[in-house]
Amino acid sequence: MLDKNGIAKRIAKEVKDGMYVNLGIGIPTLVANFIPKGFNVELQSENGILGMGPFPYEGEEDPDLINAGKQTVTLLPGASIFDSAMSFGMIRAQKVDLTILGAMEVSEKGDIANWKIPGRMVKGMGGAMDLVAAAKHIIVAMQHVNKAGESKLLPECTLPLTGVRCVRKIVTELAVLDITPHGFKLLERAPGVTVEEIKKATAGKLVIEGEIPEMVID
Amino acid sequence: MNKVVANAGEAIKGIRDNMTLMVGGFGLCGIPENCIAALVKSGVKGITCISNNAGVDDFGLGLLLQTRQIRKMISSYVGENAEFERQMLSGELEVELIPQGTLATRCLASGYGMPAIFTPAGVGTEIANGKEVRNFNGKDYLMEYAFEADFAMVKAWKGDPAGNLIYRDTARNFNPLMAMAGKITVAEVEELVKPGELDPNQVHTPGIFVHRIFRGEKYEKRIEQRTVRKHS
Repeated sequence: MLDKNGIAKRIAKEVKDGMYVNLGIGIPTLVANFIPKGFNVELQSENGILGMGPFPYEGEEDPDLINAGKQTVTLLPGASIFDSAMSFGMIRAQKVDLTILGAMEVSEKGDIANWKIPGRMVKGMGGAMDLVAAAKHIIVAMQHVNKAGESKLLPECTLPLTGVRCVRKIVTELAVLDITPHGFKLLERAPGVTVEEIKKATAGKLVIEGEIPEMVID
Repeated sequence: MNKVVANAGEAIKGIRDNMTLMVGGFGLCGIPENCIAALVKSGVKGITCISNNAGVDDFGLGLLLQTRQIRKMISSYVGENAEFERQMLSGELEVELIPQGTLATRCLASGYGMPAIFTPAGVGTEIANGKEVRNFNGKDYLMEYAFEADFAMVKAWKGDPAGNLIYRDTARNFNPLMAMAGKITVAEVEELVKPGELDPNQVHTPGIFVHRIFRGEKYEKRIEQRTVRKHS
């Protein structure tokens, strides 16, 4: 089973040299730590940064320089700053190659829900609806089951949707799966996790073809 | 052109009960702190507020929520504000949550003199309810209207008496868009420089969009999430 850093590490393997990547809040933010050195990857933050760098050193925080999670960040050499409309322009026009975000639920058709639990939690969608409606490639980083042990990979989402038929790949603490016309296709198992355990944790249709390899992360 | 006013109190003159206001900023970054303080002092009520976020409990727009001066918020993300969540869930505060890119582009459309936009954000979700859907090249888009705002309040780093503005880093965010979109736009700046001191090539918001400008008396510039790394 993977911890949060493990999930981030595995997702980092999907990042290719030369990509522009938008990372959501939570586990997706950790992916930045595992992008191979030497890769030329620019991180986009939808509040108006391309070329976002790591957190500042203590004492060097700048209130005018934050990421979309409102955390203090830095700029890398060659970075650029722009307004929010231009930021979503580059997202909508598919200049951003890869979006990585979290989810509360994903359906076997690739629907995603991550912004609202009616009557209980309403924080808002932020930029997520724009991102999932337009992104070329969306990877979801999430826990396979909720705290009550119920699957979050479902036949249909039960929560209000963020986007429809948009997710392409999911990485959880148990597995890597692709969304296909036939449902969740199991690609890899997390270290020490059996196919049987993944079956049990997946409520939506699960496609298993042949031997499922254990994922390789260093 | 000289659009300089003495202070925030002068700058917000004419804001009356039940008006619609745009307020720049992302989280607490690049918010018009002095205008917000003046609004609290003014006691104006029934505000419809277009702003990406709603501040925190005791800073930013949270101050206007505490005093119950805001009737309705139009925002994309309102987490991190307990009083806001309480007022919303109890129905005291009307809230319209919309996608962040839609929010930005509805400001942009207004500033560019266009009545509506088409965006894929929210297609197939509950925010599409009641909205016109149009198909272009095989993909569905929602029609979203340009905002109308009586006043826009923005924060810039530097400005001159003509209202030309330059923003700093991610404090830019929604500010240049809202500056273009207000019927009356009020800009507060950290540095008010003499005419001719701003490099025309570096100006983000041309002064034509700005009606009133002043140097903010003080800037707290609170950080919402202080994240740092250690020297190794």
